[in-house]
Amino acid sequence: MVQPLTYFKESASQTAGPYVHIGCTPNFSGITGVYDTDLGSGPMVNDQTRGERITIRGFVYDGAMTPLKDAMIEIWQADADGYYNSPSETRGKADPNFFGWARQPGDMATGEFAFETIKPGKVPFRDGRLMAPHVTFWVVARGINLGLNTRMYFSDEEEANAADPILSRIEHRVRVPTLIGKRDGNTVTFNIYLQGENETIFFDI
Amino acid sequence: MKNTPPETTPFFARDREWHPPAFTPGYKTSVLRSPQRALISLEGTKSEITGPVFGHNILGEFDNDLIVNYAKPGEMALGERILVYGRVIDERGRGVSGALVEFWQANAGGRYRHKKETYLAPLDPNFGGFGRTITDEDGGYAFKTIKPGPYPWPNGVNDWRPAHIHFSVFGHGFAQRLITQMYFEGDPMIWICPIVKTIPDENAIKGLIAALDMQNTIPHDMRAYKFDIVLRGRRSTFFENRKEGN
Repeated sequence: MVQPLTYFKESASQTAGPYVHIGCTPNFSGITGVYDTDLGSGPMVNDQTRGERITIRGFVYDGAMTPLKDAMIEIWQADADGYYNSPSETRGKADPNFFGWARQPGDMATGEFAFETIKPGKVPFRDGRLMAPHVTFWVVARGINLGLNTRMYFSDEEEANAADPILSRIEHRVRVPTLIGKRDGNTVTFNIYLQGENETIFFDI
Repeated sequence: MKNTPPETTPFFARDREWHPPAFTPGYKTSVLRSPQRALISLEGTKSEITGPVFGHNILGEFDNDLIVNYAKPGEMALGERILVYGRVIDERGRGVSGALVEFWQANAGGRYRHKKETYLAPLDPNFGGFGRTITDEDGGYAFKTIKPGPYPWPNGVNDWRPAHIHFSVFGHGFAQRLITQMYFEGDPMIWICPIVKTIPDENAIKGLIAALDMQNTIPHDMRAYKFDIVLRGRRSTFFENRKEGN
């Protein structure tokens, strides 16, 4: 016998189901009068927010290349200087005018999601090297048993992407573009493919 | 929030044998929505070990009372009145303070208030079916609701969901983000549900079944069910002077 390790097990995940929007974005789902606004809806910036304004747009596609219309997408990102607005951010203080988190349902008719945000700054990797600017994505929906984590990097950051400690160690280089949002003006297009030839890289974080 | 310094260490690796796999053909919708390639492992960086914190200012007075939060003045939702309470803890058993917990459910007849819902059971005009709260400094939370009904759903020809409440939980880091469902002690529908059966481990399923708690039941008012939620733990800081990242 040895001393027992007294750890609990994480609660098992279950799908968000078809009605996740009732719980997380009720106004979007047409149930008004309970919450003033849906948490994480609307622009992530105000007049005082520092940084370059961008809009991230995209779809989540299933294995039959049909866009999901019942997904919920959350993003989490650093401010323009690379600081997170979180108590666990100990390197410095983030822009008080940038919360850094948002959630969107896909458009009811098309499934398209859109985030009005800023381009994040660089955040250090564990060894101190800088990671290229990126936005963390979390996708849940009916049929997804455990939320999927991925990252969106930026197509106009070729040099930083090449030096990024995570992108650079991905063995199958042909898959790396699935993590790159394509920038055109102030719009960054980032489609997520759950399956298929262009299946997005998902991370076990 | 407790007046202790925020933790900055990475989270324990997620046990992927414990959670349902992505591809679970018994739950048909997962077939085309399950990634087929291996996940790429990524030890937590600042991007994963930080996370948003929500203040109590987002909460309305009745956000944690589904019996009245959608009801007309003076009226209440129909159904078995229940109190759902518990703690959000992490794998080390520590309470997760300040965690936003959101919940949603069908009404007593098993009907959701949703455009795409087609079940013939009626809507309850006094029941919206959702709420939220923020955990106290020990991770405790509670809300009042009515017990949701079971309902049929299009998967197999005759598949039914057990009575359940959906939970969405934020921890202290974005990597702790979790959505799960709570089931009710003694419900025979649990063990024949294709969504429950996506979970391979029977003990993991039992961990999602709330216990009837007569001690916290309010006499002549509502029964209590206890439901603890466990989020990922994080490594201890044994050595404080590491350079960067933790």
